[in-house]
Amino acid sequence: MAQLVFGYFAGVIAVTAILVVALRNPVYSVLSLLIMFFHVAGLYITLHAEFLAAVQLIVYAGAILVLYLFVVMLLNAKQDDRYHRQWWVAGFVCVPLLLELLVLFAGGKMEPSPLLSADQAGPGTDNAKAIGITLFSTYLFPFEVASLILLVAMVGAIVLAKRDIGGSGA
Amino acid sequence: MTELGLRFILSLTQIAVVVLIVIVTVLILTLAERKVLGWMQDRMGPMEVGPYGILQPFADAIKLFFKEDIVPAGANKFLFTAAPLLALIPAFIGFAVIPWGPDWTVELNGIVYKPFVISDINIGILYILAFASLGAYGIILGGWASNSKYSLLGGLRSAAQVISYELNVGLAIIGVIILAGSLSLVQITNAQSGWFWHWYLFAFPAPQIFAFVVYVISSVAETNRVPFDLPEAESELVAGFFTEYSGLRFAFFYLAEYANMILVSCIAAAMFLGGWNAPYPGTILDLLGFPSLAWIENTMWFAAKTYFFLFLFFWLRATLPRLRYDQLMRFGWKVMLPIALANIVVTSIAVYLFPNS
Repeated sequence: MAQLVFGYFAGVIAVTAILVVALRNPVYSVLSLLIMFFHVAGLYITLHAEFLAAVQLIVYAGAILVLYLFVVMLLNAKQDDRYHRQWWVAGFVCVPLLLELLVLFAGGKMEPSPLLSADQAGPGTDNAKAIGITLFSTYLFPFEVASLILLVAMVGAIVLAKRDIGGSGA
Repeated sequence: MTELGLRFILSLTQIAVVVLIVIVTVLILTLAERKVLGWMQDRMGPMEVGPYGILQPFADAIKLFFKEDIVPAGANKFLFTAAPLLALIPAFIGFAVIPWGPDWTVELNGIVYKPFVISDINIGILYILAFASLGAYGIILGGWASNSKYSLLGGLRSAAQVISYELNVGLAIIGVIILAGSLSLVQITNAQSGWFWHWYLFAFPAPQIFAFVVYVISSVAETNRVPFDLPEAESELVAGFFTEYSGLRFAFFYLAEYANMILVSCIAAAMFLGGWNAPYPGTILDLLGFPSLAWIENTMWFAAKTYFFLFLFFWLRATLPRLRYDQLMRFGWKVMLPIALANIVVTSIAVYLFPNS
């Protein structure tokens, strides 16, 4: 049963991920990405990481992807404009990755790492609480650094956006 | 019958009942809105269909059902069809974690289930937020697929508005989550039992009054209601994102809007006003010797609180003029957001100082 569910989610993720770059209409690409985010959230749920699943949907599907859609619709991109002569750059990156993947499949025994295998926490414990405690004790410093970086990025985005209208005394 | 099958049937029954209740409530609301608006403007409201106009919702439904279904020329047919469904599903799916009555467990053939909540998941409120944020897709795509400038403008406005105000909704309820120490709506409601000053609106050590005000205003904005109905502003955008929609597809958008209103009202009742808890400890029916009927009193309290918020929606609509778009954005980001953030800080400090209250 668990194998079947995983297979379904993994299959849909793979197909929709390919569709995101293969579809000609950018709006359909965004929708395909939306379906992919949903299935990634589904994978999290099968791993008893409900909190991550909800955050995945709220942050990616609910906020970031809506902005993508916003931009795609506003730009009204001509369908062929997206395909610049960049495919060979992509190939340059992808071929080594593919080779690495093949090597991994061939060499590794595909043993699930001990960290992920058994759901040590079990379905009963509060997943959100566990994440909170880990974030604010073990990983407190990286957490704070990450939030600081995000703040800097936010300020930077505002400064960049404001520069255009700076002349008019805004 | 296998255990899985029985569980499946139980869940389906619960879902069917909840969906039925929501749809009936929507029918009531369409009439109630016009009646309340009528009374507030010193007129009668609909009076023709049935005694006192009470059959008007059915007349509306039949009319929408038989109207011609028009797809505008140049519209993207697939997305034009999908958009109303994309708006409707997120509006209904959130009801799965709303606790309608007391947190009882019933055992049937060895299967333990809770009769008054479809699914008590430990991230209940996040689940609702996650799906509520998807409601914007239906609106944006509907606006875009219609191939109309009015619709596109309405859809874009809605995108910006929903994202901005969703943030405030999320931040406003964090105070309650800090107090309750749980994300499950069932546990949040359980924690508010007793006298009404245990409701998180008034609760010691950090009354969530400011968060409550932010939540109510933001949820009005999130459901695109007056005075925040810019995505469908009739006087500027004809009807915004559903200008081109007719018949059943229009009805779907309409249904989604009202279902969203009911959903945010249920959340407000559950998180700030104690949900199904009466303002006094226990229930009167329990004292009178009918403990097995106590759930009626509890669900009635929940309904009363929810309808109070729904009435508030109508009241606002009858009272306030529409905001201008830049006012809307400034209000959201420069007034509501700081209040919500300050509330989180104050609540955290208060809970830290009085950890056991």
